[in-house]
Amino acid sequence: MADGRLLALEGIEKGYPGVRALQGVSLHLDRGEVLGLIGENGAGKSTLMRVLGGVVRPDAGVIRIDGVARPSLTVAAAQAAGIAFVHQELSMFDNMDVAANVLIGRERLQGGPLRLVDRAACRALTAPLLERLGADFGPSTPVAALSIAQRQLVEIARALSVNARIIIMDEPTSSLTLAETERLLAIVESLRQDGVAIIFITHRLGEVKSCADRVVCLRDGEVAGELAREEIERPAMIRLMIGRDLSSLYTPPARAPGAGGLELRDLVTSAFPDRAASLHARPGEILGLAGLIGAGRTSLARAVFGIEPALSGAILLDGGAVRIASPRDAIARGLYLVPEDRKQSGLVLGMSITQNVTLPALWQHSRSFLISSGSEARAGEAQRKALRIKAPAASVAAGTLSGGNQQKVVLGRWLALSPRVMLFDEPTRGVDVGAKGEIYGLMRGLADRGVAVLMISSDMEEVLGVSDRIAVMHEGRVEGVLERAQFSEAAVIDLAVGARIAA
Amino acid sequence: MSKKEIGLLVLVLVVGAVTGFLNPLFLSRVNLLNMANLIGLFGVFSIGQGLVIITGGIDLSVGSMFALLGVVFIDLLANHGVAWPLALLLVLFGGLLLGSIHGLLVTRAGLQPFVVTLCGLLIYRGAARYYTGDATMGFGYTDGLDTLTWLASGRSYGVPNSFIALVIIAVIMGIVLHRSVFGRYLFAVGRNEEAARYAGIRTGLVVAGAYILAGGLAGLSTVLLVFYTNSVSPSSFGSFYELYAIAAAVLGGCSLRGGDGSILGIVLGTVLLQILQNLVNILGIPSSLNFAVMGGVILLGAFADQQLAQRSRIKRA
Repeated sequence: MADGRLLALEGIEKGYPGVRALQGVSLHLDRGEVLGLIGENGAGKSTLMRVLGGVVRPDAGVIRIDGVARPSLTVAAAQAAGIAFVHQELSMFDNMDVAANVLIGRERLQGGPLRLVDRAACRALTAPLLERLGADFGPSTPVAALSIAQRQLVEIARALSVNARIIIMDEPTSSLTLAETERLLAIVESLRQDGVAIIFITHRLGEVKSCADRVVCLRDGEVAGELAREEIERPAMIRLMIGRDLSSLYTPPARAPGAGGLELRDLVTSAFPDRAASLHARPGEILGLAGLIGAGRTSLARAVFGIEPALSGAILLDGGAVRIASPRDAIARGLYLVPEDRKQSGLVLGMSITQNVTLPALWQHSRSFLISSGSEARAGEAQRKALRIKAPAASVAAGTLSGGNQQKVVLGRWLALSPRVMLFDEPTRGVDVGAKGEIYGLMRGLADRGVAVLMISSDMEEVLGVSDRIAVMHEGRVEGVLERAQFSEAAVIDLAVGARIAA
Repeated sequence: MSKKEIGLLVLVLVVGAVTGFLNPLFLSRVNLLNMANLIGLFGVFSIGQGLVIITGGIDLSVGSMFALLGVVFIDLLANHGVAWPLALLLVLFGGLLLGSIHGLLVTRAGLQPFVVTLCGLLIYRGAARYYTGDATMGFGYTDGLDTLTWLASGRSYGVPNSFIALVIIAVIMGIVLHRSVFGRYLFAVGRNEEAARYAGIRTGLVVAGAYILAGGLAGLSTVLLVFYTNSVSPSSFGSFYELYAIAAAVLGGCSLRGGDGSILGIVLGTVLLQILQNLVNILGIPSSLNFAVMGGVILLGAFADQQLAQRSRIKRA
């Protein structure tokens, strides 16, 4: 029977420096089967899919397609085997029309050696695929004019155009409305009946239940378990996703949380224009903000810090409503952000540690418009020592530091000022274990100094281990707030997948 | 001095020495003073160009600004009897105004610097030609310009005043760029505008500031250039000068990606360009090859720079 399998992965291993992304993962897929793949952020789903796409070479293991075993795939081999992707972040050329996108790289040609694109033939080839998917647009529609749901159909049409036998859908419904999701699920069902095998990766457990024949759950790079059609129920899936013992990172606060701090009332951001979020981070506490990727947490932080305007709602600082139109306004009020992408938004990599630390507070180190290099250097050196940034001097470029040390530079910039509210967006992403502990210590130190700390994190261990309370966001709304006594992975995931409204 | 500046200085000295060896006239007093004058004229607006390039932008309009501001300046003095200090201020103000318009269009309207200043190049040139009916404008028999003429084209202690002006401006702008808060912001915005914004810097104001300064320096250069030629022919006055400025800034270590550069480098870049111009004449190379020599040297410089950067990257890795 094993030889009749369309696809089988056996003992796939993949490690990165410091991380074991996949540890002996085995799974299989038959023709006309929809396999639901679930797991928390960072469980290894994306790495596994990259292995199937031929982008990542596994360190060990066997990939068996139609019974033929090979140690790894190339992108070309994956395509030849009929593996196609419908991506989470759509990869489309929105300057071209639908037919051009479907047949990109495989255009029908005319004119012999002139190699001109035969547009009519391309359209004729694309039209029946779109019809099969029930698309309400034609092959000559420009992609720029399509909605996200429609673009997804274009991606599926592209997969069909290469006669894909295995279509991997990575969070295909994360940006779709309910009605669009229903339609997509109907298309999945019709593809299945045509004998196409589908790997459906999603965080939305309700969808898995309605479309999957079988569910595989990854946890920490391993297969945590498998559920057959009749076993697919929400509690069973959640049980598989969690179930890891958490080493205790927690240091209790030195004092009871005070009044004031940062309060958000019905804040609406561009990520979810029809949902409002409310939360309250009190001085002296670390409020974890959990949720799945795309739940609108970063958008919330950007609105509070003045990067993008909030559509409506109020931001209260120590009880008073404040208007924050730019980071400058936020900084002037002692409200600081350690952003998610430190290389892009947090640091000027070409500048020294000192210059990065003093950038927002240059006026403190200058007299009549001129910078006092002595005062500046002392400030940089002080932060380098206080935060134990591993660098020979504060004059070295921030770009030469490791992730953890770069993050400390961003932190040092704000610690040199007087924070009232600190927002951390994924503070330890790409940071090694040792530096992680130090950053947690610094966060606790801030809270104990009376700062309200809001920590956005997708790392479950971090959220449960560091926070005093956890607010959980789901699709632009704070679904619930957990007190320390209520902390559990199950409770967080339940709220994060929208238990309140879920089917 | 940075490595880049030292390298450029060495290049200037070597090229100078070789030229002087081939033809001693190169080092004659007359020739050196003539070069100093030209260095002064071209250096002032090259510094402005450099500031804009450090923000990651570019200013293609300076040459045409000279033509437009130049004809207005002469018209004010020769035909409207405006007192020279006022005319001087008006031209400076005109430069600042055009620079502010560029800055606004780049930062507020979000247009690309290349497009904004390319349109400036076309518009100002057209406006200048229309203003005079395409006729060359001169001072004729205007009186009372002796002081201004001396200021712009005379000498003090034997040194051309234009060169002295460049030294003063270079020192001031050197302090602004390398010592002031604004200068630091300029580098930060040029390197990573987003990170600068996250640090609370008003990035739009900083970028606009660079265009305004560049405009002001172009206004000042207009006056110096007008007294160098004594007349303005609106269809050719200052044409291609923006390219000299860009060349000087790039030779001087300004990266077109933004975030890199120094005033000393820009000045040395200007010096090298003028030496190359002069060497073409003095060594009897056909003057039609002038641009070709310049282009060749800049290309070589960029190539060598790239090679060195690559080698140091490999060494570090």
